[in-house]
Amino acid sequence: MKLTTAPAPHIHDRISARAIMIDVLIALAPASILAVFMWGWYMLLLEIGSMVFAESIELFIMRVMRKKKEFVPDFSASVTGLLLALNVPAGISWWMMATGVFIAIIVGKEVWGGIGNNSFNPALVGRIFMYISFPAAMTAWPKTNWFNFSQAAYHLQTTATPLGEIKMHGVAAASKDFPNLMFNSFIGNIPGSAGEMSALALILGFVYLWWKGIISFEIPVAYIGTTFGMSAIFWLVSPNAYSDPTTSILLGGVMLGALFMATDPVTSPVSSKGKWIFGIGCGAITVLIRYVGSYPEGVNFAILLMNALVPFIDRITRPRVFGEVGRNA
Amino acid sequence: MRVWNFKGGIHPPTKKLGKRSSIEKMPIPQKVSLFLAQNIGKPPKIIVEIGAKVKTGQEIAKADGFVSVPLHSPITGQVVEIKKQKHPVTSRPADVIVIERTSEDEWIKIEPAKSHDQFSKEEIVKRAQEAGLVGMGGATFPTHVKLSPSKKVDVLILNGAECEPYLTIDDRIMVEFPEEIVKGALAFSKALEVENIYIAIEENKPLAIDSMKRVASPLGIKVVKLLTKYPQGSEKHLIYAVTKRTVPLGGLPMDVGVVVQNVSTARAMYRALELGEPLIERGVSVTGEGVESPKNVLVRIGTPISHLLKLARVREESSRIILGGPMMGIALNDIDVGVMKGTSGISVFTDDIVKKRTEINCIRCGRCVDACPMNLEPYLLYKLFKKKRFNEMSDYNLMDCIECGSCSYVCPSNINHVKAFKMSKTVLRALKR
Repeated sequence: MKLTTAPAPHIHDRISARAIMIDVLIALAPASILAVFMWGWYMLLLEIGSMVFAESIELFIMRVMRKKKEFVPDFSASVTGLLLALNVPAGISWWMMATGVFIAIIVGKEVWGGIGNNSFNPALVGRIFMYISFPAAMTAWPKTNWFNFSQAAYHLQTTATPLGEIKMHGVAAASKDFPNLMFNSFIGNIPGSAGEMSALALILGFVYLWWKGIISFEIPVAYIGTTFGMSAIFWLVSPNAYSDPTTSILLGGVMLGALFMATDPVTSPVSSKGKWIFGIGCGAITVLIRYVGSYPEGVNFAILLMNALVPFIDRITRPRVFGEVGRNA
Repeated sequence: MRVWNFKGGIHPPTKKLGKRSSIEKMPIPQKVSLFLAQNIGKPPKIIVEIGAKVKTGQEIAKADGFVSVPLHSPITGQVVEIKKQKHPVTSRPADVIVIERTSEDEWIKIEPAKSHDQFSKEEIVKRAQEAGLVGMGGATFPTHVKLSPSKKVDVLILNGAECEPYLTIDDRIMVEFPEEIVKGALAFSKALEVENIYIAIEENKPLAIDSMKRVASPLGIKVVKLLTKYPQGSEKHLIYAVTKRTVPLGGLPMDVGVVVQNVSTARAMYRALELGEPLIERGVSVTGEGVESPKNVLVRIGTPISHLLKLARVREESSRIILGGPMMGIALNDIDVGVMKGTSGISVFTDDIVKKRTEINCIRCGRCVDACPMNLEPYLLYKLFKKKRFNEMSDYNLMDCIECGSCSYVCPSNINHVKAFKMSKTVLRALKR
């Protein structure tokens, strides 16, 4: 009998960062598969390619540059890669996608010190970079192309998104171009970023993560609730210029952002109270950018701006220690 | 029946392997090795020399001050060695008395031994010290000190939570010796002049709850059912669960009018009063996947742990032997150390259960914050620890960490916060000196 020693506790919950990341990938599967149905094999290539490329970069950094010989991929890079692929138009060039993934992993994550140390959501950092560098390609939204697997999305005719249409020409024009907008945006039959259209698929994935106890409900509820509430005010004031609140939360990146991007634990507050503040902030900034700013969509900027505030939110929402008297933080 | 609870905590598999194994009396060992330091506070002073003949129950070291208890010989024999050996709890060399057995038990009992209700308040406190009683749940705080609170106390809680996974000895003691526990509890309540007595038991011990209720309820002692959750047996959390009173930070249970005693301690109190027996024997669980037959045994203090392992038939592939349970217990590298007054169990595990996991960066998932029963922020404290900012850790209430290990248990990044916090506490104490 050979004895080993180690500090207590000697047993461990059956949970690991890798298991969490695999669950996130499972949760993103409905939206990812739906995107392939809609845009064909090229979309699948973008998704798988981004994941593999992201993992390769991380593996190289960890094994070669950080000299962590025992490092085994924890799939966090895959999550970043897949999220980024779902956040761009389906007709993006493969090399633009690769550049975005490279920036997301290197600038968004590794320069900060790797997993857990980054302040901003890496996928969103990559997306912002692509948005600024390739503005035309990043706003060329291909028309939906159901079950036409062999036709690559970059050959498709492009169109405006409903959000852009509403911003430019008002609700009346948009509802002519996009009939049954509310229903179609719920199931995903509208143009937009590859993975953000179907609220249904995203909610399914989120429910899975929530049921597994991996992400809590506060940020999505606060985010979507705030977006709904503020959109409702705008809509009540001017129903011709702004879409109704239900459509507002279904359009654009709100669902993908609120359910999968803002909830990234690394870049969001830890406490429940902090998560509410964070979600409300994201929602408010999103609506303000949409309706007051010059961009049609503001989810990306909203989350990044709130990411920057996380240390402060954490500081003002510290839990009260058991047995502590007097402080009400 | 209402179930009592507190915030935070975790639900590890309880794995009470030995809950149906009746308590066996272990044969008296040929040799015992007794650490002098068996209690919190000052270790007692040795009063025997090498070669001295001692009888069972004879005092071999006397209390050194108020927060100290004497040590008694658990067997009849001869002192053969007084040496230094690494103490498993403090990891420092400590005095050990080795006694070899020469004959059957010849007792020296503490006089007078009479019915537990014939003792006065002062006599009970005095007897607790004379008999060397300490908290037998593992904390080993001298019992007589707890029985002499400097503030008015109105509630006594007997701790039968036994929240540590695998351990079953308190459960079995409650099933098999409820009368002795209750008599001990009555003595405690007399010493403290307390009317309200609670016996708190986790709900995964239905036999113990029934057994205690049968004996305690007719006497007006309340048996309360606690939610099965770790660390339910932590003193502060037990008090909160039962009375909804919160012990202030840095405070003691008596600050909110409560004294907590372990059920095994209550039994030992009874035996010290009515039978005049000092604390030379205790119940120990020998459990874990690493033994073939998990057991609950009554053993003499000082019995080498190797004897217990043999009795429970330890598996050859076992690789971790723990003094206590898997959450807070201490891994041993020497199985010849003797059972101590605070040893409630020996847990034995194979490699697949205790294998080392690679630590990665914190991903801020917040599980440690949810799990922390003290409501601390383990992830933040660990970040400060990495930067060696010990004073800041103290500002973030490091010193209130109860070292339960819940944060490390749930961490998906396999960070061992507790190890870091124990080190930091040592550093901070050194800095304050």
